[in-house]
Amino acid sequence: MTRPLRSDDLATAVAVPRADGADSAIAFEAVAKIFPARGGGPAVRALDGIDLAVAPGTILGVIGRSGAGKSTLIRLVNGLETPTAGRVVVDGTDVTALTERGLRDVRRRVGMIFQHFNLLSSRTAFDNVALPLEVARVPKAEIRRRVEPLLELVGLSDKRDRYPAELSGGQKQRVGIARALATRPTVLLSDEATSALDPETTRSILDLLSSINRELGLTVLLITHEMSVIRAVAKEVAVLDAGRVVERGDVFDVFTRPRHATTRSFLAAETGHALPPFLRERLRPEAAPGRPTALRILFRGPHATDPVVSQLSREFGLDVNILSGSVDEIAGRPFGTLVVSLAADGPTVERALAFLQARGLDTEVIGHVA
Amino acid sequence: MSPEILRLVWEATLDTLWMVAVAASLATLIGLPLGVFLATSGRGELFAAPAVNKVLGFVVNATRSTPFIILVVAIIPFTRLLVGTSIGTKAAIVPLTIAAAPFIARLIEGAIREVDGGLVEAARAMGATPLQIVAKVLVPEALPAIVLSLTLAIVSLLGFSAMVGAVGGGGLGDLGIRYGYQRFMPDVMAIVVVVLVVLVQLVQSTGDRLSRRLNKRLRHG
Repeated sequence: MTRPLRSDDLATAVAVPRADGADSAIAFEAVAKIFPARGGGPAVRALDGIDLAVAPGTILGVIGRSGAGKSTLIRLVNGLETPTAGRVVVDGTDVTALTERGLRDVRRRVGMIFQHFNLLSSRTAFDNVALPLEVARVPKAEIRRRVEPLLELVGLSDKRDRYPAELSGGQKQRVGIARALATRPTVLLSDEATSALDPETTRSILDLLSSINRELGLTVLLITHEMSVIRAVAKEVAVLDAGRVVERGDVFDVFTRPRHATTRSFLAAETGHALPPFLRERLRPEAAPGRPTALRILFRGPHATDPVVSQLSREFGLDVNILSGSVDEIAGRPFGTLVVSLAADGPTVERALAFLQARGLDTEVIGHVA
Repeated sequence: MSPEILRLVWEATLDTLWMVAVAASLATLIGLPLGVFLATSGRGELFAAPAVNKVLGFVVNATRSTPFIILVVAIIPFTRLLVGTSIGTKAAIVPLTIAAAPFIARLIEGAIREVDGGLVEAARAMGATPLQIVAKVLVPEALPAIVLSLTLAIVSLLGFSAMVGAVGGGGLGDLGIRYGYQRFMPDVMAIVVVVLVVLVQLVQSTGDRLSRRLNKRLRHG
């Protein structure tokens, strides 16, 4: 490179008052994006009142259905889209105030990977990784010095002279990742990077992203429509629904105590919230004599392995029937769900619930088994 | 067939090749940038200039809708201004170029528009300037299609070049009309047709082979 990019290169483009976004790698401040009406269709409010910050060196996963505004959100960070209102601050630089020229400098510090990889079919793996360096006018010798280790980092040294058509999906995304890292960015944007890959390849790409985040200290903003992706790599999650952040927090907390309906529906399959069909059909909302009460017990963190079922039956002389359950690990912490039925009268059930809550377990009466 | 006739055919072939080669080169020099611009200057595109795009598009369409033989005659003053004469092989290059350039521009525009928009987005995301995007992404990615477009343009020029005999342009077409038709020499007509067929085959298969070689989307064994 002719000269390493310094932070004042960006500062000269625009002086940012050090606001709340100052200590975040990425900060969205009251961001709205409205796509104007076109061809008779109404204007689309893609994002509305977004306040979101990503701490340096962390991975924030943004999940939402298609049309929730995720793609727009991630494109605001490198100025591929401009917000209608609000600011987007990246590493202390207000990107919304930059000209196209100023944006080009920011873009060299923000890598991006894509769902469909977006590799040039006319270039080999090596030349694809070299492209952002050529664009930044890095001398040829320096390009060679920097591309080789990147290919090694993503495990593709032996494929350096292969064209994308000769690579598998996972290998293409690895080239995409190496390319995104070529200009040594501080922020990595991942736009549904694993959505076109099979589960096993997804796993390996996510592992690679995790290790890059750990080893290079890169801040990662990742958008996806799959909870399993969030769960595998993210520390924090934001749930986007109809252009708004409806839930935001630590992955473990959001997974184990989802508050918003959208979050719950995303989690249904992921954390054992979905009831097996045979059970769902037999559940009735109203209590009746002879109908055992169905109870969902959530085991979070330290209580995940408590033997509560045997304690319940000993303490209250109850028959506890296990209907479904799973024990799992989320963000490195154990988490379990158990659906049981208690054949007992109302007051006994109440006491059992109090007993469980006293042990720090979340409980929910989900119906009565007919 | 007399050696005299063969010599005429040989000279006419060289004339045709020269006219087509020069016209194709000049038309590419005009048509390639024009086509790239047409493909990238629409609303919200790299070099957004919708008004200019519309005007150029109209000019291109107007040129393309003029029958070639009319064009040859209509631009005689312009041809004379440019090369000092309105007859002969050199003069014929002017209308050939003017007819081929917008044709090539439209073909190139189509080839460029076929490039996946995701690649342009990726290039923008890495901080590429619009010119870098054209030079490093759009043209290299469209190259196999561009080669096929130019092949098609050269084949069309071979056909057009047969008409410039009308203004003393020379070449195979002229030979066929003057000897084969007007002097009732069917053997000359036949040999002209055979040479043209062979030329078109050569151009087309060379273009096809080159395009295939450049196309890295196909797996090579």
